[in-house]
Amino acid sequence: MSYLDNILFFVILSIGIGYFAINVKKILRNIKLGQDINRSDNPSERWKNMAMIALGQSKMVKRPVAGILHIFVYVGFVVINIEVLEIVIDGLFGTHRVFAFLGVFYNVLIGSFEILALLVLVAVIAFLIRRNIIKLKRFIHSDLKGWPKSDANYILYFEIVLMSLFLILNASDLWLQTMNVHHYTHAGSFPISQFLAPIFNGMNESSVILIERAAWWLHICGILVFLNYLYFSKHLHILLAFPNTYFANLNPQGQFDNLESVTKEVKLMMDPNADPFAVPAPDDNAVPSKFGAQDVQDLNWVQLLNAYTCTECGRCTSSCPANQTGKKLSPRKIMMDTRDRLVEVGNNIDTNKGVFIPDGKFLLGDYITPEELWACTSCNACVEECPVNISPLSIIMDMRRYLVMEQSAAPQSLNAMMTNIENNGAPWQYNQQDRLNWKNE
Amino acid sequence: MQETLIVPTMAEMLAQGKQPEVLFWVGCSGSFDDRAKRITKAFVRILNRANVEFAVLGTEEGCTGDPAKRAGNEFLFQMQAMMNIEVLNAYEAKKIVTACPHCFNTIKNEYPELGGKYEVVHHTEFLKSLLDDGRLTIEGGQFKGKRITFHDPCYLGRANKIYEAPRELIQKLDAELVEMKRSKANGLCCGAGGAQMFKDAEPGNKEINVERTEDALETKPEIIAAGCPFCNTMLTDGVKNKEKEADVKVMDIAELIANAQDL
Repeated sequence: MSYLDNILFFVILSIGIGYFAINVKKILRNIKLGQDINRSDNPSERWKNMAMIALGQSKMVKRPVAGILHIFVYVGFVVINIEVLEIVIDGLFGTHRVFAFLGVFYNVLIGSFEILALLVLVAVIAFLIRRNIIKLKRFIHSDLKGWPKSDANYILYFEIVLMSLFLILNASDLWLQTMNVHHYTHAGSFPISQFLAPIFNGMNESSVILIERAAWWLHICGILVFLNYLYFSKHLHILLAFPNTYFANLNPQGQFDNLESVTKEVKLMMDPNADPFAVPAPDDNAVPSKFGAQDVQDLNWVQLLNAYTCTECGRCTSSCPANQTGKKLSPRKIMMDTRDRLVEVGNNIDTNKGVFIPDGKFLLGDYITPEELWACTSCNACVEECPVNISPLSIIMDMRRYLVMEQSAAPQSLNAMMTNIENNGAPWQYNQQDRLNWKNE
Repeated sequence: MQETLIVPTMAEMLAQGKQPEVLFWVGCSGSFDDRAKRITKAFVRILNRANVEFAVLGTEEGCTGDPAKRAGNEFLFQMQAMMNIEVLNAYEAKKIVTACPHCFNTIKNEYPELGGKYEVVHHTEFLKSLLDDGRLTIEGGQFKGKRITFHDPCYLGRANKIYEAPRELIQKLDAELVEMKRSKANGLCCGAGGAQMFKDAEPGNKEINVERTEDALETKPEIIAAGCPFCNTMLTDGVKNKEKEADVKVMDIAELIANAQDL
């Protein structure tokens, strides 16, 4: 019967990881709903970007206060997870601090985990203050009304609970070690929790063991719950920031893609030898192409990956000239809407046994309005700001393309501009023959 | 006074069997907008002074398609692009200079895939190279010690990471270059990009050009320098909106250099 703990642990671990794996598959399936785009070029530059931007947090520190606090949480998250490995082994085999044989190195490891745990606590409390007491503009923005606001706070509360459990676990363990209780072999150094251990003085051994066990179980179960919470939250960036920075656009920010389907038609139009009545080659236009994006399936998979990666920090929106001057456009909302719609499309596929049944809704119109799209100046401030290289601008542009090329729904003044370009090669009504008149004026 | 600008066209060059050192892409704004035409002329005066053998397309030039593309009309963009590329390739253009960051970005980044591969430089880069090569010398002259702030055009700065060439030129004038709180990669748009120049702004509580002009005025400048005809228009309007046109001038970098030269 003494294996009951280990079996229970195995079951909980399997459920925790299994459920997460199912949801990861859903995310991948949804991302693959996007159009193809080749981002396999230049692997060395891509690895470098991932190392600098995701691993090295180089864009985070552009706003130093948030950047440094974020690094505490990030390093804490990555490093303390080494400890999770030990916790899993201990749980499966009933050992106590199985890596203790590492000796001094182990002490250094546990000691640094503790210091990081404290730094994470400090940072997370600062984040809560920034969101809820100082109320920084980008955190009380209308984009975040309701669930997104609670989501952000839940994540922070969760981290406080996890770090506190970690420190209580260590403190009770240290107390039991000091009391030479059986099973609790001396291991680790506890620069932080040594100050917590004295609270257990005066308690009896079995109560402290109970506290230690409770903290241990709650901590590991908490981690598994947190892991599974990711799928439902904006917090997926802790995983997706890595592929997202790898697959991000490498071209100059000013370069917008040239639609290939359009190139074909324009070339045909301009070719004097082309027969306008010729039957298109059989493989041509296998799928009737749509110009621009009306829904998430019209976007490419990198744009959909972007949507899942966005953690709604709002740096894009706070730097957007349109948003700053009171227009409806918010680049963050573009990303949030794209993800919400993608999840909706994914759920539709799930309930309809693997096929998407049109639901009469679209990303364009039902989530994102033309008014938002037309407010964009294409200035790239949002792209520049994003700490994980998301491009809200590319989505805005693809949707403008749909509005103009499929719906002819440009604002009147833009139609006039485009008519001028067509008629006289300039956005204003001037005769092309007058183009050099300035020389003699 | 009728000034004599030497502005050969590519057609004239070809007739003489010559290939210019650089093709000056004037752009629609530089050809037709009254304010921008002064920038065009200032740049030509400098080219003439430095004996740069250049040529323009003249009536064979057409809109690059930038505003159409940014408005979402990829068809119109590619039609314009292919017509321009046909002309440029027929003249075997190698190097192109332009005073418009939108033309610059489009020809440099979006034309190659459609068959138009050229070395494209912004006029601030070109002017800097003229100075570096000793083909042009400037002294501060009338701008010595003046406070000048530079507004980064989005399509020159963030879009193409060119931040230093215009600043170095301002410093060559012995002027005091003052930076706005938002500059270079963090620069704020003037409000004209993405085809906004050609439409009214969406409802909001402020115009973007006024917001940006406030950034510029905070530096207490005597001159706001720009490197884009559209930014120039937006900032000029912003200065008027703030009723500061008597104290603060909006000038293109080419105009600063030309004026310093008394050209």
